[in-house]
Amino acid sequence: MGNKFLYTKNLSVGYDRNILIDGINISVNRGQITTLIGPNGAGKSTILKTIIGQLDKISGTFFIDGKNAEGISGNELAKTMSVLMTERMETELMTCADVVKTGRYPYTGQLGILSKHDKSKVTEAMELTRVTEIGNRNFNRISDGQRQRVMLARAICQEPDVLILDEPTSFLDIRHKLEMLNILKMLVCEKDIAVIMSMHELDLAQRVSDRIVCVGGKGIDKYGTSEEIFTAEYIGKLYGIAPYCYNENYGTAELEKPRGVPQVFVIAGGGTGINAFRNLQRQNIPFITGIIHENDIDFPAASALAAEVITEKAFEPISSDNIEKAAEKIALCREVICCTDKFGTMNIGNKKLKEYAQKQGKLKNSH
Amino acid sequence: MKSASKRYAVCFSLLAALLLILFALNLFFGSIRVSAAEFLQIVSGSSDNVTAASIINGIRLPRALAAALLGGALSVSGFLLQTFFNNPIAGPFVLGISSGAKMTVAFAMIIFLGAGKTMSSAALITAAFVGSMLSLGFVLLISVRVKKSSLLIVSGVMIGYICSAITDFAVTFASDSSIVNLHNWSMGSFSGIDSGDVKAVSAVVFTALTITFILSKQIGAYSLGEVYAQSMGLNIRLFRTVLILLSSILSAVVTAFAGPVSFVGIAVPHLVKSLFGTAKPQVIIPASFLGGAAFCLFSDLVARTVFAPSELSISTVTAVFGAPTVIWIMLRRKSER
Repeated sequence: MGNKFLYTKNLSVGYDRNILIDGINISVNRGQITTLIGPNGAGKSTILKTIIGQLDKISGTFFIDGKNAEGISGNELAKTMSVLMTERMETELMTCADVVKTGRYPYTGQLGILSKHDKSKVTEAMELTRVTEIGNRNFNRISDGQRQRVMLARAICQEPDVLILDEPTSFLDIRHKLEMLNILKMLVCEKDIAVIMSMHELDLAQRVSDRIVCVGGKGIDKYGTSEEIFTAEYIGKLYGIAPYCYNENYGTAELEKPRGVPQVFVIAGGGTGINAFRNLQRQNIPFITGIIHENDIDFPAASALAAEVITEKAFEPISSDNIEKAAEKIALCREVICCTDKFGTMNIGNKKLKEYAQKQGKLKNSH
Repeated sequence: MKSASKRYAVCFSLLAALLLILFALNLFFGSIRVSAAEFLQIVSGSSDNVTAASIINGIRLPRALAAALLGGALSVSGFLLQTFFNNPIAGPFVLGISSGAKMTVAFAMIIFLGAGKTMSSAALITAAFVGSMLSLGFVLLISVRVKKSSLLIVSGVMIGYICSAITDFAVTFASDSSIVNLHNWSMGSFSGIDSGDVKAVSAVVFTALTITFILSKQIGAYSLGEVYAQSMGLNIRLFRTVLILLSSILSAVVTAFAGPVSFVGIAVPHLVKSLFGTAKPQVIIPASFLGGAAFCLFSDLVARTVFAPSELSISTVTAVFGAPTVIWIMLRRKSER
């Protein structure tokens, strides 16, 4: 941990002397993306606002590049840190290029005239975030996606060592979200800057972040790598959702399962069942599914949405015990949906179930 | 980039030319008309028309200079207040700052005149500054509690009414000789300003203006919103204090000598922004000054000459031209958002 660029020491943050989060001890490294996740109102923005100096800290200290932040002058800090916050920048008659140029503010003289060097930095940043073409457009008349890219160009040409972003991907479509994160990843790798941001998209946070800070309850709940944080159990606890809703491999969540007595049995496996599960969920029909291997791609959605999942151990052929169990369930259901027509050594048991359902006159093929 | 600076140059020349023409018209027209040739003679001292010479030197020249300087000061003050409150229709008159200054100046005048003394320029400016800060203090107190900009304006207008009521009350019970003086002044007028006043005015206005211009980079940063201004290294608290002091001084000088003048502070900065197609303080501060000067010279010319020998109060004229501008601003902003 020799290269920690920004770190906090028992930092407490909050509004109007009321502590919201206590005892924050985190460190942020150069060349890494550190992401704050946590429920709404947990204090992610409060932490970021305190670090950028918009809010006064309540107690504790934090250090930037080895120096106590309190001793750093406004201008010096501006050359070290740039921001992209959720507050909209208020501009009047300003083009996108004008907005980007404001990033050079800490480097210009008293009259704010840009040197050749400043201008080349502006051009470079605008090319990087691909906003050169909209340089002459009025900043108030561009889309949210374009606006975030212009603001990012502005933050980049400020030549920061640490870049702080509050929910940079909220309100963006999927393409712009990915673009934004790709640019950040590139900045981190090529310019060796440190990025701290807050995010609500767990799937993307999981993919892009080197370090995750979990803000919840009264403090920093957990701090670690993506692998350590994004487990179904922990994410479920952090956000107060049922762990089975959350898929830890993909960072996605399913809606709540239908309640009541199961009416349908779904024979699935190998990813064939997911659409059927979601369909039944939308129609609010409780269902049972099986027989699904524990390592099957259908498994996470099944355990999130089905009233009951009959499972088989990974890589094992389906046991006769399980077939019997499933057949009992089928007997109780009014209908059986079979999603798969491919049966091999491992799932030959499901073929037996299908035949059983057919005999009972309950089978309704999904394809 | 090139086309923008060309536009600025053209617009600045236009404003300067307008200012010169209006300045000349203010000198030539009035109860007696002076031709350009006569004017040159008077200025060179070779004229034998003593009446005309004394009218030009003693009355019209200081009055025109005052109208130009004070008009410029007023619109720069308006620009600063709009920046400070992030509100397009903030201005010294709307926020009750002019009325506050009017109130303290009226009291000071009554006290001085009652003691049989006349007020010096410095005393006038000081009294007006105290009044400005008083009203502004109230507006600031309210602005901390409510962030809504419409409420800010309402409270400013209310403070203005309260101050005016107190002023009227004082004027009603003041002795006769004071009233005559006060009445003209409290309506707003550039009349009765002598060359001594002009010197005092120009000293204060140019100092404040220079400081304002030097701060244009910071003003530009501040106008982007506090979050970004701070991340750019601006000391927000210090800057806010300086901004408030500058705008108060500028509007106090105006009120001290010309009484409350409405709408210049709101209308001119916006007109200038549209004309120049930018809101860069580096451009808009000098341009607002020129524009405000031209606007007040024009208004004063109208006030003096259209219904001569009766003279209109300056606010009557500025309101006729300024109020529609404010409506236009609000409509345009609504359509832009």
